[in-house]
Amino acid sequence: MEPEPTPEGGGRRRGGRGDASGEEIDRTSPAIEVNDLTVAYRDQPVLWDVDVAFRHGALTAIVGPNGAGKTTLIQTILGLVRPAAGRIRILGKPVREGRRSVAYVPQRGSVDWDFPTSVLDVVVMGTYGRLGWFRRPGRAEREAALGALAKVGMEAFAERQIRQLSGGQQQRVFLARALVQEAPIYLMDEPFQGVDARTERAIVEVLSDLRARGDTVIAVHHALQSVPEYFDDVVLLNVRRIASGPVAQVFTEENLRTCYGGRVPFLHAVAGPPVAGSPAPVAGSPAPGAGSPAQGAGSPVPWPGSPASSPGAAPAPGPGASAPPADGSA
Amino acid sequence: MSLAEILHGLLFDFTLRTVALGAAVLGALAGALGCFAVLRRQSLLGDAISHAALPGIVLAFVLTGSRATPVLVLGAGIAGWLGTLAVLAIVRGGRLPEDTALGIVLSVFFGFGMVLLTWVQGRPDARQAGLDTFLFGQAATVLPADVTLVAGVGSAAALVTVLFWKEFKLLSFDPDYARALGLPMGRVDLLLTGLLVVAIVLGLQMVGVVLMSAMVVAPAAAARQWTDSLRTMVLLAGVLGATAGVTGAALSATARGVPTGPTIVLVASGIVVISLLAAPRRGLVAEVLRAARVRRRIRADAVLLDLYALSRQHARSAHPHALGTLQTMGGRERGVTASLRTLEARGWAAPSAGEHWAITEEGRLRAEHLLRTGVGGEDPKSVEGAEGGAES
Repeated sequence: MEPEPTPEGGGRRRGGRGDASGEEIDRTSPAIEVNDLTVAYRDQPVLWDVDVAFRHGALTAIVGPNGAGKTTLIQTILGLVRPAAGRIRILGKPVREGRRSVAYVPQRGSVDWDFPTSVLDVVVMGTYGRLGWFRRPGRAEREAALGALAKVGMEAFAERQIRQLSGGQQQRVFLARALVQEAPIYLMDEPFQGVDARTERAIVEVLSDLRARGDTVIAVHHALQSVPEYFDDVVLLNVRRIASGPVAQVFTEENLRTCYGGRVPFLHAVAGPPVAGSPAPVAGSPAPGAGSPAQGAGSPVPWPGSPASSPGAAPAPGPGASAPPADGSA
Repeated sequence: MSLAEILHGLLFDFTLRTVALGAAVLGALAGALGCFAVLRRQSLLGDAISHAALPGIVLAFVLTGSRATPVLVLGAGIAGWLGTLAVLAIVRGGRLPEDTALGIVLSVFFGFGMVLLTWVQGRPDARQAGLDTFLFGQAATVLPADVTLVAGVGSAAALVTVLFWKEFKLLSFDPDYARALGLPMGRVDLLLTGLLVVAIVLGLQMVGVVLMSAMVVAPAAAARQWTDSLRTMVLLAGVLGATAGVTGAALSATARGVPTGPTIVLVASGIVVISLLAAPRRGLVAEVLRAARVRRRIRADAVLLDLYALSRQHARSAHPHALGTLQTMGGRERGVTASLRTLEARGWAAPSAGEHWAITEEGRLRAEHLLRTGVGGEDPKSVEGAEGGAES
C-alpha cells in the first residue's frame, strides 16, 4: 500500500503481492540480474555463461535466432528450468522469493485452449498466487480480472469460452492474466507472435502503460524491425549473450550479424543504428504521418514520459543517424 | 429379472443396497477425479495405477494372511503409488516418453501380479479363494464395513478436492504458470495423483484391476461433452460415475456369475456413446444438424443470388422467373424448390402461378448484403463481427 516512487504510478495498489509488497523497490540496482548463467539440456548447452542486467522501468526485448535460448532464459528466471550454474537475482532476491514480483505471459501455444473454462476464469488465475491456500477468488478478484480485461479490450469476452477465442484474443487474455498479478516486473514470451493488428496495438498500449507506471517489461521478441519502435533496451542472445543495452547503442548491424550468424532477417529494416530517439517521440505528439507507418496504425503510439530512453539514450554517432525509418525498401 | 425387481431390490434388499451405495460412492469419486486426469491428458495413468495395484493385493495377502478389504486396499495403494512413482521416474529420466513409461509400468506390474496370483492359487491354502475376483471385480463380495471405508475415504478425498480446487484447476490448465506464481506444483501434483490412486484402489474390489481405468476416464469423457465449465464437468462426471456404478453393480449382483467390473464399464461406455452423440454443441448429432443447416442456408443463398441476377435484367425486379431457369442456373434440379421454400419462409422470395418465383424487396436487400460480405457468410452477429463493431 506504500506509495510508489514513480511519478505516474503513485497510489497504485501494490499490496498483496506476496513478498514484494512490504518493501520499497530499490531502483538503483537492476530489476533482474543474471550472472554467469549456464543452462544445459542433457549435454547440450542452451545458455552459456550469460550475464545480463535488466533495468528498472525499461522495456527490454530479448532477440536472437531460433534455439538461441530466449525462452529458456525467461523460464530460468522464473525457476521453471534449473540452471547448471550461475546466479539470478530478482529485485535483489533469489528466484524462489523474487519470482512473486514477476508476472509471466507464456507463449499462448503452451496450454490447451479446449480446457473447460471461461475467459474471466483464466484471468482470475493471475490472483491465485496472492490468494494463498484454501482461499477462493471472490468479488475483488473478479473485478480486478474484469479491469485487466478492459485494459486489453477484451471485457466483452469475459464469459466467453476460451475455446472460442482467436489467437490474438488468447494472447490478450494471457496478458490480462499477468496484469492482474500487479507485479512490478513482466516476463513475456513472444507476446507479438502471430497476433492480429488489433492485438498488437492493444499490447503496445499496455506496454506503454506499464512503462509509464515505472514497471519493468522483458519480452522475447521476433520481429526485429519493430524493436527500436517498441523497446528501450535489447538483449541479443545466441546461447551466449552477444550484446545488451539501450537499443540505440546495441541494436547495430554488426551485433545483429554476430547474433544471427550473418543471416539476419529483416536486416534491411534496421540498417545502421536505429534512428535515435525514435522509440520516444514527445508524448502526445502525433506521428508525422507519411514516413512512419508504425505498427500502431492510426493511433499514434506515444510513450508517455518515457523515464528511460528519451534524454539518456544519446544519438549514436554513425552513418545511420540520418537514415530514414526503413520501409518500402524490401 | 425385471427392472421393477431390481428397483425393489435396490430399495429393500440389504445386500443390494450395500453394493449400490458402495458403487455409487466409488463411481462418483473416480468420475470426479478422472476429470483432472483426462484434462491433463493422463487418461492412461489410471490404467497404469490399477494394473500396478495387483501385485500389492496379492503380496498383502501373502504377508498378512488376511483377506480383509482394508489390508488388501492398503497393499493395492502402496503398489499403485509405487507404479506411479516409477512412471514419473522414467519420464524424468528423459529417455522415454510418458505413454511408453505408462505402458511399461502397467505391463511389468500387472505381469508380476499375475505371476504372484497364479502362485498363490496353486498353494494348498483355501483362504486365497476369491483373490482372483480382483481381476474383474465382484460386487457381491462387498460388505457393509467396506462401504463405510469407501464412504469415509471418499468424503475425505472430496474435501481435499474442494480445498485445493484452484490449485488443481491451475495444475490442469497451465502448470508452468502456476509454478511461476510460486505455487508448489510438484506437491500439488503428488496430492492430486495420490487422490487418484486412492479412488482407484478403493474401486478395485468392485470393478477389478483390468477395467477400473474406465471408471476414471469414461464419466469424465462423457461429462466433457455436456459442459464448458470445469466445476460442472467434475460434478457431472461424479453423477454419471455414480449412475454407472449403481446400475452396473445392481445388474451384476442380481445375476449369478456376472462379474461387476465389465457390467459397470458397459453402462459407463453406454453413457459415453450417448454423450458423444447427443450432447448439444459438442455432440455428433448436433454437429451433423449444424452442418445440414449451414448447407441449407448456403444453397438458399445461392438460389437467392440467382434470383437477384435475373431480377437485375428486368425493369421490374418483382418479375417472376420459371423454376426451370433457376434449376439450370444452379446446375441442379433437386433441392432448388426446397431452397425457394426456405427463401419464401424468410420473406425473401415469393411464388406466383405456374412454378414461377420472384425476389422480394427484402430478398433484394439480403442479396446485396451477401454480395458485399461474401456468399454463405454468417449473419452479421458473429464473433469477429461483434469485436469489429466494438473497434470502430
